[in-house]
Amino acid sequence: MIVNGETFNLKDSITLKDFLTLQGYDITKVAVEKNGDIVPKATFSEVFLYDEDTIEVVRFVGGG
Amino acid sequence: MKIAIMGLGGLGSNISILLAKNRVPSLTIVDFDIVEPSNLNRQHYYVDSLGMFKTDALKLQLLEINPSMDVITIRDRVTEDNVISYFGDYDIICEAFDNPMSKAMLINSLLENRPNVKIVSGSGMAGYESANLIKVHHRFKNLYICGDLHSEAKVGNGLMSPRVSICAGLQAQTILNIIN
Repeated sequence: MIVNGETFNLKDSITLKDFLTLQGYDITKVAVEKNGDIVPKATFSEVFLYDEDTIEVVRFVGGG
Repeated sequence: MKIAIMGLGGLGSNISILLAKNRVPSLTIVDFDIVEPSNLNRQHYYVDSLGMFKTDALKLQLLEINPSMDVITIRDRVTEDNVISYFGDYDIICEAFDNPMSKAMLINSLLENRPNVKIVSGSGMAGYESANLIKVHHRFKNLYICGDLHSEAKVGNGLMSPRVSICAGLQAQTILNIIN
């Protein structure tokens, strides 16, 4: 799998929500694109990731 | 072209001023808050504006720069429930909120419902680290994020004018590049 441009070796399919949590992301502060399309927030726990996927995770920090 | 600036703090107030100086003919500015003394170290307001709604105080300044500018003000809190009814037909949305959850909410709601809207966001501009770390990151098809992506505003790492202004400048420049 490609995550933010870097190769990530995904042995088993996993939900997006579990993947993000394992990687330490706070899912209330991210947006995710999978294979070029935005992933609706409400579907994070239903969307499965596979090794051939490409995802982009954007994390927002406070201040403005 | 319909453009909205969401949040009129250090980013949004400065971005709006820069767009007015660049003769952007029409702009919608959005905030629910009033100008407070603690804002003045980085936000484009003056002592005279204290206690005014940010939308009203900023509109006065924009019209002093360009009296023929069409400035629409929306004094409301943008939420998941009202974002599409307010901004569903906008071409460019500039995200200039303070709260990271609000940033994520806005961007997710917009991109889920309006995949063609262009979003220019700010993330990571607090503190005094090198200003050279602040860049434009073209992430996703229609999302540009300006900032260093990591410098979070918190106690001991506040928001200061130089880095906030640089980030605002990059956001304004990105909007102008999209327009042209």
